[in-house]
Amino acid sequence: MAVKRVRFTFPENLIREPIIYLLGQEFRVITNVRMADVDDRTGWVVLELEGEPEEIDRGLAWAQAKGVRVDPVTGDVVEG
Amino acid sequence: MTYATSLRCRECHREYPLAALHVCEFCFGPLEVAYDYDAIKRDVTRRRIESGPASLWRYRDFLPCDADAAVDIGAGFTPLIHAKNLGAALGLPKLYLKNDTMNPTWSFKDRVVAVASTRARELGFDRLACASTGNLANSVSAHAAAAGMEAVVFIPHDLEAGKVVGSSIYGPTLVKVRGNYDAVNRLCAELAGAYGWAFVNVNVRPYYSEGSKTLGFEVAEQLGWKAPDHCVVPIASGSLFVKIRKGFDELAKTGLIEAPKTRMSGAQATGCSPVATAWAEGSMNFRPQRPNTIAKSLAIGNPADGYYSLVQLKETGGACAMVTDEEIVAGMKLLAETEGIFAETAGGVTVASLKQLAAQGRIEPGETTVAFITGAGFKTLEAVTDALRPPLEIDATMESFERAYSALRAAEAVA
Repeated sequence: MAVKRVRFTFPENLIREPIIYLLGQEFRVITNVRMADVDDRTGWVVLELEGEPEEIDRGLAWAQAKGVRVDPVTGDVVEG
Repeated sequence: MTYATSLRCRECHREYPLAALHVCEFCFGPLEVAYDYDAIKRDVTRRRIESGPASLWRYRDFLPCDADAAVDIGAGFTPLIHAKNLGAALGLPKLYLKNDTMNPTWSFKDRVVAVASTRARELGFDRLACASTGNLANSVSAHAAAAGMEAVVFIPHDLEAGKVVGSSIYGPTLVKVRGNYDAVNRLCAELAGAYGWAFVNVNVRPYYSEGSKTLGFEVAEQLGWKAPDHCVVPIASGSLFVKIRKGFDELAKTGLIEAPKTRMSGAQATGCSPVATAWAEGSMNFRPQRPNTIAKSLAIGNPADGYYSLVQLKETGGACAMVTDEEIVAGMKLLAETEGIFAETAGGVTVASLKQLAAQGRIEPGETTVAFITGAGFKTLEAVTDALRPPLEIDATMESFERAYSALRAAEAVA
């Protein structure tokens, strides 16, 4: 089992979708919301995901394919 | 010795030991170094600082590592220039430029890496690592070489040859990563978690970012122990922007300058403007972007200190400009032609933003304004090459020169 921390950013068209619920249903991944700020136009959620590494990766690929932006919680690490 | 006492979460204020930690385990907030300011106030004087070395280590008492064991290749204490010509062009007679192109690897990154590498060595690391599109890679490679540490540097596979050479000359393990910006970013975040190396801007980031404060210290000292009225700073991760002000605040807190009222303004490229866009929309929530700009040293689409940058803009009454690639090139030329400083694209962003903010009346002519020029132009030659006048080419005769020179003068008279 592994734990991964990620930040989801939702575009406006996904604000009403239960993405995090579906992520836990469709994949063997435990989702734990640690921080969030969502309004009617945009939103971000910091999540802890627990599961087998391959399953977490499959779940994240699914979320990205849905249109969620997935980033490391610390922000970008590639600097100028 | 150091006056640093702990790491403290910027959000929930929980305290942690001075270890290789960067995120609060409880709320995921960023960790920042805390100091015993009462002790600094008791022990540190302007005279003590002025008698220190002509480098950032003159501010050793405000840094989170032992300066006696510093990895020192001469970073910091760069010139502050009264930019009379550029100021006249922009209607800002009290304009100053902090010329950080004068650092050992020609960018301000030497400040942060000097502190990060010193602290990493103290913590027992033998490898320095980073993921970078240029300046940071150069600086990590150079400091690791001087420190006798190994360097592992990850770069995008399509980086320009000049930037690759600027790192590889110091002998690091240089790893080109195939993939787009997001993929490179994700891999490097995973690598930072998987290997027990000192990733300068990840697991030792609290120490690394403290190096940027020295820009604030120097500017205040060089202005005669006084904070400026207004600063214009390029924003990438936002750390530099936030830490310059922290520098002024710390000097005030320890009685070395009067309480600053500095307005802090930011500069971003339109092609990577998460902070400037949020500021224009009046939002404190920035949306991450995919960078698309020639200002690659500022191309951070998901800035770690983006939120804190927005808070600072609001708190200080600053503004955030965004400028196009064409304006960036024009800014680089204007800086070079008025002040003799050849800056990289980030400098073009700063000067073009300065011009925009001055034209909008957001910087007042009477304000003592400092603009931060953070990297040298030889790193981004390709950005301006096509925009420059080509040289005259002549045969080795007087006649050939006179013919070419008069043709040039005639063309200029028509233009």
